[in-house]
Amino acid sequence: MKNLITFLWKYYFFFLFLSLEVVAVLLIVKNNYYQRTIIINSTNDVTGAILKTSDGIIEYFHLKKANQILAEENVNFRKMLPQSFLKTDTATFFRDDTLYNQQYTYLTAKVISNTTNRINNFIKLNKGKNHGIEKHMAVLAPDGIVGQVIEVSDNYASVMSVLNSHTRISAKLKSSGQVGTLIWNGENYRLGKLVDIPTHVQIQINDSVFTSGYSYMFPEGQLIGTVSDYELESGQSFYQVDVVFSCDYNNLRWVYVVRNLMQKELNLLDEAEEIF
Amino acid sequence: MFVRNLIRFVFVLLTQVLVLNNINLGVNINPAFYVYFILLLPFETAGWALLLSSFLMGLGVDFFCNSLGMNAAASVFVAFCRPGIIRFLKSRREYEPGTRPTIRDLGVRWFFSYAFISIVLLHTVLFFLETFGFENADQTLIRILLSSGAAFVLVILVQFLFGRRE
Repeated sequence: MKNLITFLWKYYFFFLFLSLEVVAVLLIVKNNYYQRTIIINSTNDVTGAILKTSDGIIEYFHLKKANQILAEENVNFRKMLPQSFLKTDTATFFRDDTLYNQQYTYLTAKVISNTTNRINNFIKLNKGKNHGIEKHMAVLAPDGIVGQVIEVSDNYASVMSVLNSHTRISAKLKSSGQVGTLIWNGENYRLGKLVDIPTHVQIQINDSVFTSGYSYMFPEGQLIGTVSDYELESGQSFYQVDVVFSCDYNNLRWVYVVRNLMQKELNLLDEAEEIF
Repeated sequence: MFVRNLIRFVFVLLTQVLVLNNINLGVNINPAFYVYFILLLPFETAGWALLLSSFLMGLGVDFFCNSLGMNAAASVFVAFCRPGIIRFLKSRREYEPGTRPTIRDLGVRWFFSYAFISIVLLHTVLFFLETFGFENADQTLIRILLSSGAAFVLVILVQFLFGRRE
């Protein structure tokens, strides 16, 4: 025993190095199974507070741009107001419609930290459980989709960005209606890849790509981007389509968090399917 | 001495997470400037202090960029290699007591090789841990080269700007 202690003491530099590396690698491995992991750091209140202060200062430099985007959106929403329509029939607009149940509601949130230069990028929002944000909610930007909430604390939420190697989003082409899977391979933050499009489909350059709505999370028909190029994978019968994101992920400020009011119902059906 | 290193720790960490992590030059250029802290620790630093402070530095960076453990592992690795690197470079020049690992005390050539070896080691570990394997090794190598280059320029620049005054 004494010898062992002497031995450990003599080479303590090496053993301390080894144990610290083991701790670090454990942290990495635990962190990589991201669905099961509580990402401590992303929702940590201390880092959250520091980033919020830093962002509060930077925010001033973006006010002009933010105002412009908000104004553009207001114009769009104004167009949709009942007042903007000419009433041709007395029974055109009802809030409590028996045909239309509201399926999605929206919350605004501000981005307080965002990366685009990693293989797995995450975004932090300034709202959390207290504001009604839950896990698995979709996040949208005014001009595109942003990602999915993976963890919430009381006042902050962590979002897995579309720019993440684990991203799988069901998307469809506007012209043909064909559904494929959107992934991101980490090479360019402006480009995503749409895979699993069968070769018999005619693909048009500059065609729009929308969410398909098959994942429940994202409302159907949200713009993702436009087709810039496509190629046949060697030895495969599927196209790989390059999609230029409509949203500039490097310049995210305000986002919308989407709540699917029917999520529970749909999940129940899914569970029933799994039994068979 | 302790206070000066503590101040440097905070300054380097904040520069890394609040400034450098927000400068987006693509996937390939992500300089890990925080290695500057490990480089400038005094020669007399005890082994445990060297390893633990490097671990904390890496962990601090990790906390801010959702990469829990990656920077910590890389930074502890560099700290572990540091005595070896210093011994390797010593063969050409003797260290007198009281010297510090800076350009002022040991000259441009010594510091350049010291910084270069440490920085390349750090980025090699960091980027291979990030991809967690050897697929896409060519892209990883490009990332190591470009990021190391950027970090090297930064370290040398900061050393020239602030190193003389200390």
